[in-house]
Amino acid sequence: MPEKFDVIVVGAGPAGTSCAYTCAKNGLKVLQIERGEYPGSKNVMGGVLYRKQMEEIIPEFWKEAPLERPVIEQRFWMMDKESTVSFGYKGLEWGKEPYNNFTVLRAPFDQWFAAKGVEQGVLLINETVANECIVENGKVVGVRTDRPDGDVYADVVVLADGVNSLLGKQLGFHKEFRPDEVALTVMEVINLSKEKINDRFNLEDNQGCTIEIFGDSTKGNLGTAFIYTNKESINIGVGTTLSSMIKAKLKPYDLLDYLKNHSMVKPLLSGGESAEYLAHLIPEGGYHSVPKVAGNGVIVVGDAAQLVNAIHREGSNMAMASGKMAAEAIIRAKEKNDFSEASLNSYREALYNSFIMKDLEKYKDAAHTFEHHPQYFKEYIPMVNQAMSKFFTVDGTPKREKQKQIMRSVTGTKGTFKVIQDVYRAWKAVK
Amino acid sequence: MSTKTIEEKQYLLRFKCDTKSHLTVLDHDVCMTKCPDKICTVFCPAEVYKWEGTRMQVGYEGCHECGSCRIGCPYQNIKWEYPKGGHGIVFRLA
Repeated sequence: MPEKFDVIVVGAGPAGTSCAYTCAKNGLKVLQIERGEYPGSKNVMGGVLYRKQMEEIIPEFWKEAPLERPVIEQRFWMMDKESTVSFGYKGLEWGKEPYNNFTVLRAPFDQWFAAKGVEQGVLLINETVANECIVENGKVVGVRTDRPDGDVYADVVVLADGVNSLLGKQLGFHKEFRPDEVALTVMEVINLSKEKINDRFNLEDNQGCTIEIFGDSTKGNLGTAFIYTNKESINIGVGTTLSSMIKAKLKPYDLLDYLKNHSMVKPLLSGGESAEYLAHLIPEGGYHSVPKVAGNGVIVVGDAAQLVNAIHREGSNMAMASGKMAAEAIIRAKEKNDFSEASLNSYREALYNSFIMKDLEKYKDAAHTFEHHPQYFKEYIPMVNQAMSKFFTVDGTPKREKQKQIMRSVTGTKGTFKVIQDVYRAWKAVK
Repeated sequence: MSTKTIEEKQYLLRFKCDTKSHLTVLDHDVCMTKCPDKICTVFCPAEVYKWEGTRMQVGYEGCHECGSCRIGCPYQNIKWEYPKGGHGIVFRLA
């Protein structure tokens, strides 16, 4: 009879490790399976890690975790071909305890985090693929791995197997995702000296800046680009829904090079040295795409449960919070020795009562709205740029006359009714 | 230097290649007769797929394992698995 565990966690990203760590800390016997050479070797993120949900697992983690810079400034650009309208917030309170968020590089971070789990007693096995869940009498009882004699058993299997979650699909918890439910994102890590980063982004050591870029960064397609400052490198990436990529016949790496060479971006990167290129899918289907998250002997967390808030670029924090909630549900189930769906549904309840599902519910129509009404990215962003240019160009036209001209150019192109309709629709999608 | 081409980008990466492909085009005739766009050759971020006149060449060795081809193939003509444990792409940074 093979060894039996209380919990098997498939995947060593933020969701899986949060769950494994919390279970082990509470005395459960945990096996964590990672298919990569080490945790983080298959994982990709733009790079923002939020303090709050991480701290709820490891208090004061910033004192020892491999972090890059605390983010003290968040900028947003609405970019056109040769201009950009920007706004943002910079606050020094984000630069000291307890912090708001940090830039991180995931390969070192995920290794550190998984090692913390191992310290708590998690048995972490790398280089192992969980090929399928072992199901007996309608209950998940373990996983079949690609190791010889690789069947392992547990009371609960936690699927933290990421955006593609082949195991969730195997169990019928979700169908294959549609191209409009995922965003294909590519990024580069570009090495640049600390001094240059500090100068170009107006930072001091141990201060970071993030820039989210809308509009021409995706050639008007539904998606965003980002530039995040690490200690001595910059992460620059761009993504659109896979459906937009297909429709516009875009090569993602061409789009990335277009962004890197954009007149608004190029000076920030000048002299930098590419160090890594990464592609990954982001689950962006939102509320309607969340699969069944608990079954008999099984729980789904993180990207595998599609827990990403694309509008606020939150994902790893939701992964961590969901992993912790899953662990708490498993601990309760263990006390009752009941691992049925009804028992594990306490995870589902916790998830739906938390900020995670409340936020996903708030934006449940946003992706659909912007996908089906491309004018927001394609027309309004250039329009706003033109309006700002006109308003701030001093040419002897009285300001009231300028305002009238701007209003006329907006309503003239589209018609007043259409504009009001567009504004109302966008407001409804994000209210 | 900052990369300019996909070849330069891919060259930055470390792969531990398996001898067997984890990506399988199920029916090359479908690509030939039903799929004029061969859209996987466009959106694949690693240029894994290359059309060679009568069949689809699959350069699985450079795959990022993102899953786009499985979801984006208009004919569900790509069987997509994970490479064997410990194999495939090895991200070192982000």
